[in-house]
Amino acid sequence: MATELEMPGITNQVEEEAVGRWGMVIDQDLCTGCQACVAACSMENNVAIVGEEDAGYGRYMHWIRIERLWEKKDYPEVKMTPFQPMLCQHCHNAPCEPVCPVYASVHSMSEDLNLQVYNRCVGTRYCGNNCPYQVRSFNWRDYNDERIHPELVTLHNQMNPDVTVRRRGVMEKCTFCIQRIHKAEDKAKSEGRDVQDGEFTTACAQACPTNAITFGRLDDPESQINQIAAVNPSRAYHALEEVRTLPRITYLKGGV
Amino acid sequence: MATLAKPLGRSHTEEHEDPRQYLMHDPLPRGQMNAMVMEAMHETNPIFWVITGILALTVLFTLGYDWYVLIMVGQGTAGVLRPDYWGVFLVNVVFWIGISHAGTFISAILRVLKIESRRPFTRAAELMTTFGLVQAGLSVFMHLGRVWLTYWMFPIPNERRIWPDFHSPLMWDLMAITTYLLCSTMYLFLPLIPDLAMARDRTKEGWLKQFYKILSIGFRGTEGEWKNLTTAMNIFAFAIIPVMFSVHTIVSWDFAMASRPGWSSTVFGPYFVIGALHSGMAAVAIVLFLLRSTMKHYKYFLRAEQFNTIGMLMLLVSMAWAYFYFNDYIVPWYGGDVWDKLVQEYTEKGPLAYLWYTMLFVNIVVPWATLWNQKWRETPWLLAIVGVLINIGMYIERYIIIPVGVTINRMPFTWRQYEPRIEVPMTIGTFALFLLLYMLASRIIPLIPVWEVQEGQEAHMIRKIGKAEVSTLSDLE
Repeated sequence: MATELEMPGITNQVEEEAVGRWGMVIDQDLCTGCQACVAACSMENNVAIVGEEDAGYGRYMHWIRIERLWEKKDYPEVKMTPFQPMLCQHCHNAPCEPVCPVYASVHSMSEDLNLQVYNRCVGTRYCGNNCPYQVRSFNWRDYNDERIHPELVTLHNQMNPDVTVRRRGVMEKCTFCIQRIHKAEDKAKSEGRDVQDGEFTTACAQACPTNAITFGRLDDPESQINQIAAVNPSRAYHALEEVRTLPRITYLKGGV
Repeated sequence: MATLAKPLGRSHTEEHEDPRQYLMHDPLPRGQMNAMVMEAMHETNPIFWVITGILALTVLFTLGYDWYVLIMVGQGTAGVLRPDYWGVFLVNVVFWIGISHAGTFISAILRVLKIESRRPFTRAAELMTTFGLVQAGLSVFMHLGRVWLTYWMFPIPNERRIWPDFHSPLMWDLMAITTYLLCSTMYLFLPLIPDLAMARDRTKEGWLKQFYKILSIGFRGTEGEWKNLTTAMNIFAFAIIPVMFSVHTIVSWDFAMASRPGWSSTVFGPYFVIGALHSGMAAVAIVLFLLRSTMKHYKYFLRAEQFNTIGMLMLLVSMAWAYFYFNDYIVPWYGGDVWDKLVQEYTEKGPLAYLWYTMLFVNIVVPWATLWNQKWRETPWLLAIVGVLINIGMYIERYIIIPVGVTINRMPFTWRQYEPRIEVPMTIGTFALFLLLYMLASRIIPLIPVWEVQEGQEAHMIRKIGKAEVSTLSDLE
């Protein structure tokens, strides 16, 4: 899974470090674009509903989105690209991290994930600008404030108590459902073992009806995601490999 | 003083040219010049106060009310959206820092290079630096999502031991702007001391006199005080030049260090510095025209030669800017990066292509077509119009770099067009605040450095060599 770095002066050190702990495989041949993952992620992570006007302007806040593009052809021969769920790639070499002036965008050493500390964020939005995948969403308004949106009172029980509700002026993004990771880790620790692959999964992977999204351990060669990637070596690729971000999500090319 | 007399650049005077058209050869007694400057400072008419009131109301509504709305509701009231996380506020930051470059350039570099015609307008340009930086700083705060937590970006020791991340170009930016603001304020203050002392001695008792007394720190004009002051000013004049070049280079790194197509270019540093001087020189031309046409007696101080100097600098900087702009295109042309190409195509052929053509026209064609002519350079209103056009062009240039350029990124799915919303009144507010500060300052600060003018006039003289009148300059030091 490690990316080869042929830049002068870069040794294999980066390559070795880039194994990672948690990862994902997304098979674009299996994805039907049903957006169940988008809905599940929003429910699990208390992602704000921005309303018609802001969503129309392009301020949707989903942590995962299904991308589909037209290949450039004239009308009757239009060919659509395969669906591509796009979410935070949890880069090992994340461009969003060094640009944050207050350490709100940080790398978790224990989980080897790319995290956003909501209550540290001051809202410079540099990380969003520097993210090549454009997967960070900013809280443009207080979408979850009941004083502004009284109708939210009826949705109290819908909120996930394990996840912070974000306020305005804060950047947020996919966390690989870190609340689920921590739950599984705590459970495994109390039982005196390591977390097993497949013991739990993220909301998007759980909701996917065709199992296009698979989540698991990257550092375990026997894990499901490593096996899927090994079976399809010709289809596997990383999004925007040329930016050298060493992402943790492997896509399996669709439509070949 | 007059140990060494050498002819000036324009010494081979033709018969018809009257040396008295130059301020340095048209001396007035010190007392008279002091009185002229003081009179210009104190004489106001109702129109001045009406304009001041309108500006103050504008500032109150835009920077007061609109900013309140922006803070309380969130950045959603602005036009920023997913691919364009940075909008007009950042354009304003770059623009105002650019304006602020001219002051230091004129007062430090022209002082070091001993360009004599700079003498009467150094102060006016330095004030622009300080007030322009105020607008830049405010614009940074407008841009922040949670502005009430700004102090988290300052390196203040705290119980959690969280230090700001100095990897971030924003931190370099913060340090550079703060350094520049402090240095330029001190550099504004040092040459101001003798003039403040002059104003102190000519003001009746009252709060203003107390104000001058405190600020002039007891300056009496003794030999020793002048020696110390000149030494300090010389040190600052040399020391502030690298600060000036570094600050806009670092501002450009906010963009150049990011990995976005169209931004990550190594030419951005010098290109931004030249861009800053381009808009700054033009702004000096506007301000000098306004001062000359509104302030009493300033026609004596601000003459054709001053506008000629500014005009020549504008032309020079415009050519340098054109070169760097072309250079900025060469990098993607030779690099062949597909995303860089897409950004360029979008700026040239996209829905906002008219901005790009306007920018090229007013930034290159207009100054090149007008400023080659000395007659036109010496016409203040014409120079001011060119200055306004250049500033519009430079604003568009930053607008193209920031919100237009980032529309195109590596994820075509997110491409969306940015449109400014609450940014428009707040941008007007920064312009109003700049003018307001400048107008109020023109009532309490002598905008002409009288001592500097007089120093120059003492050193210059017209000598007769044979029958020719030759202007000479004694070495000052």
